[in-house]
Amino acid sequence: MNEFIEKKVELRWHEPKRSYDVVIIGGGGHGLATAYYLATRHGITNVAVIERSYIGGGNSGRNTTVIRSNYGVPEAVRFYQRSVELYQTLEQETDRWVMHKQKGLLWLAHTEAGLRAERARAEVNQAFGAKTYFVGPDEVKKICPHIDLSGAGVWPVLGGSYHVEGATARHDRVVWAFAEGAMRRGVHVHQRTAVTGLLKEGDRVVGVQTDQGPISAGAVVSAVGGHVTTLGAMAGLRLPIRTHPLQAYVTNHYDLSFDQIVASTALLFYVSQTARGEILLGAEIDRQPSYSYRSDHHLIQSCSHRAITLFPFLRNLRVLRQWTGVCDMSPDYSPIMGKTGVEGFYITTGWGTWGFKAIPAGGEQMAQLIATGETPELIAPFSLDRFAQDRTLADRGSAGTH
Amino acid sequence: MSLLIPCPHCGLRPVTEFIYGEVPEVPDTITDPDARDFDRSFMRKNPEGVQVERWFHTFGCRRWVTIHRDTRTDEVVSDSA
Repeated sequence: MNEFIEKKVELRWHEPKRSYDVVIIGGGGHGLATAYYLATRHGITNVAVIERSYIGGGNSGRNTTVIRSNYGVPEAVRFYQRSVELYQTLEQETDRWVMHKQKGLLWLAHTEAGLRAERARAEVNQAFGAKTYFVGPDEVKKICPHIDLSGAGVWPVLGGSYHVEGATARHDRVVWAFAEGAMRRGVHVHQRTAVTGLLKEGDRVVGVQTDQGPISAGAVVSAVGGHVTTLGAMAGLRLPIRTHPLQAYVTNHYDLSFDQIVASTALLFYVSQTARGEILLGAEIDRQPSYSYRSDHHLIQSCSHRAITLFPFLRNLRVLRQWTGVCDMSPDYSPIMGKTGVEGFYITTGWGTWGFKAIPAGGEQMAQLIATGETPELIAPFSLDRFAQDRTLADRGSAGTH
Repeated sequence: MSLLIPCPHCGLRPVTEFIYGEVPEVPDTITDPDARDFDRSFMRKNPEGVQVERWFHTFGCRRWVTIHRDTRTDEVVSDSA
């Protein structure tokens, strides 16, 4: 892994300057992608990304790498479809292999209500540019031969939706590709630098206070995952965010034959296979709000139990590794992007369990917002003030599990 | 189980038996009644540290429990037991 970082990806580190045009807090996918698109699309390179640990060490390195756009509301379908398309050309654009692989995503229904939901998902998706089709059990079996359509006699598969462009990519390579692309164009990335406060002039945010000293900035962007409430409070903002842990785990190696991503809303789990051959499983968020990274046995037990009803071959595998990230959950299960009402302070948060797939589009749109001062049409529905204006985007599509 | 909730009636029980109940804390600085309703509905203190919280023991005694828990470590620092 180190060999990959040092020999192939050229990360150029700099001494911190005292002032930048734009300071981005959080060196994860969203922060680095915003810097990348500021540099490549808008020629703004006097930018610093500040990361308290190491780049991609938070949720960008803990997610389960699913890329998809089969959401339930038009605004979300349009936005995530943009992201799916940017991911498809990312390797070409950055000249880095991020192991992007289009796999197709099956979302299963086990009840009449589930069938209606998947049919509605397919319709909304097609209307707004995503390739999702309603499929019956026979087609499900054809797409994914591993599945037991009887659901162990308890959760029969009645049908589902098939999202053709569902894909995965190697998450840390995505982070490094954006980091390298941004750094090559002059963006500074400062690791092991913690933001301890915001510099303010009146109501305006004019920079950040770090444990390495103050840095002034024309614009400050919060691309923080997990601790955004604390950062928002520094700017005097109250946020509609609750932070919950989300766990995932992988099994030992299995024959490289599981080509799809399969999810079930009723059973609340999803499964795919990594390039190394591990079977990757994830489920719902933990119910307690928490910043703890502790994993527990209950998740493996309950998620495996559910997964085995559809995929009996899993019973012969062993759990190899389990980990936890902390997710910023918004009340309507949609992200929050844009201006905050505090001058000079922008925010991209509420990425809950669906942040990785949104990295390119989130970065691109935030960069456009910062460069032009105008909120792009694509992310205007996701503004922070939507809650006060009764324009919430309750999306059961994202309330799935990933 | 990563988190055990001390129930005064049932003892230490796994968190999966409970439903989380938020204790809304609208800041005193918000005085307009509509703004207070809005804040109570949507905004979260989401502290990194000790918070007061309520849990409903769905799969147990079916009563409400109040605890103080540190959200950084999941340690229950005081309870109503």
